[in-house]
Amino acid sequence: MKVTVTVNGQERSAEVEPRLLLVHLLREKLRLTGTHVGCDTTSCGACTVLLDGTPVKSCTMFAVQAEGREVTTVEGLAAAGTLHPIQEGFKEEHGLQCGFCTPGMLLASKALLEENPDPTEEEIRWALSGNLCRCTGYQNIVNAVQWTARKLQSDSAATGAS
Amino acid sequence: MASPTTDGIVPRREDRPLVTGAARYCDDLAPPGALHAVFVRAPLAHGRILAIDPAPAAAMPGVAGVFTAADLGLPPLPPGDGPAAMARPVLATGTVRFLGEAVAVVVAGTRVQAMDAAEAVEVDYEPLEVVVDPRAALADDAPELFEGTGNLARERPWPEPSRALEGAEVVVRGRFVNQRVAAAPIEPNAAVAVPEPDRDGLTLYAPCQAPFWTRDTVAETLGLGPDQVRVVVPAVGGAFGARIHTYPEQVAVAALARRLGRPVRYVESRSETMLAMTHGRAQVQEVELAATRDGRITGLRARLLADGGAYPADAPSMPSSTRYMASGVYRIAKVEVAWACAATNTTPVAAYRGAGRPEATAMVERAVDLLAARLGIDPAELRRRNLIPARAFPYTTATRARYDSGDYQAALDRVLEAAGYHDLRATQAARRQRGEVRQLGIGLSVYVEVTGFGSEYGQVEVEPDGRVTARTGVSPHGQGHETAFAQLVAATLGVGTEQVAVVHSDTFAVPRGDGTMGSRSLQVGGSAVAEAAGKVLSKARALAAHLLEAPAEDVAVFPGEGLGVAGAPSTALAWAELAAAAADPDRRPPGMDAGLEAAVDFKPERSTFPFGAHLAVCEVDTETGLARLLRHLAVDDAGRIHNRVLAEGQVHGGIAQGVAQALFEEVGYDEDGNCLHGNLASYAMPSAADLPAFETMRMETPTPLNPLGVKGIGESGTVGSTPAVQNAVVDALAHLGVTHIDMPLTPERVWRAIQAAAGG
Repeated sequence: MKVTVTVNGQERSAEVEPRLLLVHLLREKLRLTGTHVGCDTTSCGACTVLLDGTPVKSCTMFAVQAEGREVTTVEGLAAAGTLHPIQEGFKEEHGLQCGFCTPGMLLASKALLEENPDPTEEEIRWALSGNLCRCTGYQNIVNAVQWTARKLQSDSAATGAS
Repeated sequence: MASPTTDGIVPRREDRPLVTGAARYCDDLAPPGALHAVFVRAPLAHGRILAIDPAPAAAMPGVAGVFTAADLGLPPLPPGDGPAAMARPVLATGTVRFLGEAVAVVVAGTRVQAMDAAEAVEVDYEPLEVVVDPRAALADDAPELFEGTGNLARERPWPEPSRALEGAEVVVRGRFVNQRVAAAPIEPNAAVAVPEPDRDGLTLYAPCQAPFWTRDTVAETLGLGPDQVRVVVPAVGGAFGARIHTYPEQVAVAALARRLGRPVRYVESRSETMLAMTHGRAQVQEVELAATRDGRITGLRARLLADGGAYPADAPSMPSSTRYMASGVYRIAKVEVAWACAATNTTPVAAYRGAGRPEATAMVERAVDLLAARLGIDPAELRRRNLIPARAFPYTTATRARYDSGDYQAALDRVLEAAGYHDLRATQAARRQRGEVRQLGIGLSVYVEVTGFGSEYGQVEVEPDGRVTARTGVSPHGQGHETAFAQLVAATLGVGTEQVAVVHSDTFAVPRGDGTMGSRSLQVGGSAVAEAAGKVLSKARALAAHLLEAPAEDVAVFPGEGLGVAGAPSTALAWAELAAAAADPDRRPPGMDAGLEAAVDFKPERSTFPFGAHLAVCEVDTETGLARLLRHLAVDDAGRIHNRVLAEGQVHGGIAQGVAQALFEEVGYDEDGNCLHGNLASYAMPSAADLPAFETMRMETPTPLNPLGVKGIGESGTVGSTPAVQNAVVDALAHLGVTHIDMPLTPERVWRAIQAAAGG
């Protein structure tokens, strides 16, 4: 069957089996391989994408369930080659090592900051508790989210003042 | 000359592709025309294969072939440290020996087609008696995994007569289970093989830690020469020791690509990886610690029983390493450690971050706490009385480990001070006094470990445009070697790090190497690159002296400019200019070879011994058994620190994995050999919400064993943290009569220990 999804602002269509998972639509059909698969029990969050702005685990929904909706993947974070502040934050604070969990972490973090622009450490840790990282011990991921929160606040203050 | 070791913060060059999704991990590679392989796996832990019927699967849509061991006709994989009789076949041959072992492989046009067809492969098994417990496996009447050989893979007996406990005034005894855990990198196992008819060979893309070893294994098993097999390591989603050796599935994919003449891709599901990727630890320790009544340790005797899993190829080296490090940070005159490694019907055991050293530290540090409790001496004070003093280095232990340098007392003092040890003890006493439900525990671990074996290749070459290429035999998977090695070269040659390309992880782009494991990359691989850079600089200096008509000793590095006469920056010759001169026989001094290039195989004389002290503060709910880690402090000394940010990252990740073993993780089996924690829903890998921020501190005691003065830091967090946390939880309950709880310290185990101590 045919499914049409807006991915990173672009309308994309593909012929899919009804059982095809959203993550496989992204990875195999649309060749957006930045979204990773780390488990098969909705535990690790490596496949996290934003669906209409809300983080979802793309291994746990069918591609056809995304029909007509908007999906943001890690490939859609940077605009015209300029990194999104959350990407900058992970770079600045050494919030990644192997990078495999990073796309999911970035999207979950972005969603958190949109909902809560000034989260506490505790809030960050709980908001990211559906995303597993085996390399960093999470500390620098928390630091990266805090860095980004500060950056977004100072950016918006600058915008407000101008 | 600029020091090759810098302490600056250099942003990781690795990060941009990783944060934008541009990085390519193995399953992101999709060579045109690639087929997909899916393995048919054993649904039982031990059984005879009576028949395999591939016909129903072979007839399914898109299927290019169904292959069994007989179809592939490959010899077994190299036996490693295990006996040849226990060597592992690429696909199960006649017998399956653990749940999840690959029995057949289906190749089809899409992964879904291959998965559907794999389910249709009919395999008849005759179930055989299962043994999952290593002690049971060594019993006379145990079912044998390999007919006629018994289940003992390797052993080392105690010396006769045993003298370790002679003259002891006090002996404490413990039986500690260092449980089986999974490395569980977030990227599941995978491989892509591409046939290369031009050289009658193939290219194998695989997430592995030692591409040259993988090349050798694949070449040997397929009957090819090393020049026919190119191994390329793409981006790797973590490894932690479990990707050191080559997986049979990867070899099978290589064989299939050659056979079918098309690229073949394979990626596991997590549920497959939990069963098929090697596990770690899995060691039972019976330890006796002898001491005088005033707390001087006089001897240690231990018997280690290592579970090797179904094919103990790498497993025997784990207890061997535990034995080597069994003295820990203490002066112990007599140390006797016997070990045995047994085959069982479980996933094979191999290296996992620390590989035998965390087990040693856990054993000694737990035993020292038992002794402290017995003697009524504060655990910090008891440690202090027995630490190897700083003046004693280099120090050779009773197991012949030669510790290069250290100051254990300083590390212990620092962590105690940073934690506010006396205040913590006062808080603990007050909570005990008040009989609070939530009790406080303080756990210590002073550790030493061994890092940096073997030799490593490093090469540095100045390109015609003045940029520099460094080649290394190590193979990173998240550590940031490209950044770290570029820093080494840049600092030596006075160029920007962005001018330095670092080439690695491709057996056709680098001539030789061992790889990244055992916390060896910077000290062995980095030293090779640094020495090669030094040689290039020496040659360039001689060349510049010739061109500038100045004595070589007057030629200085002008960072960002090149080489010139000291004190006269305007004389500086750019690296591009030097490269051009080096290529021109008319401009070189007589007798100088062309090119600005040097290669070094660096082999340290001996290993280095990083050390440190960790302190954990745990709160234990005595009604529910829930243990929470409130604080974790770590003082780590890995010699000189080359890149503070990368080192810190290694420490954080190591601590998290060590804490995870103490509190959360275990791979268990039922008596039939079914895995109880075969996916990430049941295997309790901690999330951000399960861990606190770590309080980390550095000491830097340089090693004399390499030019950088560095030791390894990749595993120290895992070595140091586990026993600190375990000791903290036991300490929280010490006043209730609890003396030991095996890991993981789940609420149920802790609650049961409390009940048992209360006589409940």
